[in-house]
Amino acid sequence: MKKNTAQNSIRPWAVLFWLLVWQGASMALSALWPNGHLLLASPISAALRLGELALTAAFWRAVGGSIAHIFGGFLVGCVLAAVLAALSARWRLVRELLYPLTAAVKAVPVVSFIILALVWLDSRSLPLFISALMVFPPVYLNVLAGIAAADTKLLEMAKVFRVPLGRRLTGIYLPAVLPYFRSAVSLALGLCWKAGAAAEVIGLPSGTIGERLYTAKVYFQTPDLFAWTAVIVAVSVLFEKLFLALVDALAGKAGL
Amino acid sequence: MELHMENLCKAYDGKPVLENVTFTAEPGVTCVMAPSGAGKTTLLRILLGLERPDSGTVFPTGVHWSAVFQEDRLLEHLDAMENLRFVLGSALDEPAANVLLTELGLGDTAGKPVREFSGGMKRRLALVRALLAPSDALALDEPFTGLDGENRTRCQACVRRAAEQKPVLLVTHDPADAKSLGAAIIKL
Repeated sequence: MKKNTAQNSIRPWAVLFWLLVWQGASMALSALWPNGHLLLASPISAALRLGELALTAAFWRAVGGSIAHIFGGFLVGCVLAAVLAALSARWRLVRELLYPLTAAVKAVPVVSFIILALVWLDSRSLPLFISALMVFPPVYLNVLAGIAAADTKLLEMAKVFRVPLGRRLTGIYLPAVLPYFRSAVSLALGLCWKAGAAAEVIGLPSGTIGERLYTAKVYFQTPDLFAWTAVIVAVSVLFEKLFLALVDALAGKAGL
Repeated sequence: MELHMENLCKAYDGKPVLENVTFTAEPGVTCVMAPSGAGKTTLLRILLGLERPDSGTVFPTGVHWSAVFQEDRLLEHLDAMENLRFVLGSALDEPAANVLLTELGLGDTAGKPVREFSGGMKRRLALVRALLAPSDALALDEPFTGLDGENRTRCQACVRRAAEQKPVLLVTHDPADAKSLGAAIIKL
């Protein structure tokens, strides 16, 4: 499928335009009210604050804590989704059983799950659970679609030649599933960082980005708010790129 | 080993494709000839265990087949030897495979993915795969399609050798193939 580059690419001039709008709005608020800068911190003050935070050990502990919970949840969700997709492809009963679950996870607002899960789980486990939950439907559904897209003629050939399951998985199913898995991962990583951060803000596990965001909100530290938000976006994008590079390397190694 | 097919019937959506097909395939080449759409491929699919007949029997049961399908059915991202390894696993005798690949003009294709092969090369590789796979019988569905004269002759020589050891069921619409292989002819 060809990308519509005109629609999808981020142009530096457009980014610069919106940064100038942001800076202008912040300066206008500061000029109108004595504490206007608290309502909307400027991009420059947010960047400076991010630089200050990055020099502290607590910053890296918070980033590390969130990565451990949210990316851990992503991995748990991925593995669970892939295994259940394989079982669903094999047994219709499993597929029918899981259909309402995936539909519910897709339809129910994530905040409902967060509040409900907070009743069952401690605050440290909450982001992991929520991330896994958000990752599950797209990865499960895409892996299932990938398995269904496996070449039936090759599967028939493998059956006639009595090729063992392990080689069928790597030779036929894996090449069919990888493109579907790749697009699911791209979507799911963004989802799990958004939902995971929301879970941290509500659950307030100590030493996480969510806790720092909440603190920034309570004390009206808008530069911190923007700085931590930028960190979430950066870490999310970084993990998406790294994980997709890993998937691509795996595909390249398999000769796909 | 002899293969007996008795009164095989198969219909799709009420339309009969095979009607009371009965014959015996003895060691050597047995050529099934029929016009297009007369059920040749369906017959092979039943023998290979990919379809069930509506009625009739194939005897003996549990025969291990290897096959050249109507399509090449190769793993396009792998090279020739990797395709053979996919099917044969640790049973692959690489020196023997190299000899056969070379005989059929595929000796210099190491590292080249099958997606870069010509149609004729893919057909020959599909034949090599069928010839090397351990089996009791060989089913070949139009195996010489797209081959030029010299490669066709080489492939036929390989099939003739295989037919000395096991029954070979050849589906074709070309009487010249049957004649050059000295095949018994079954007309559907």
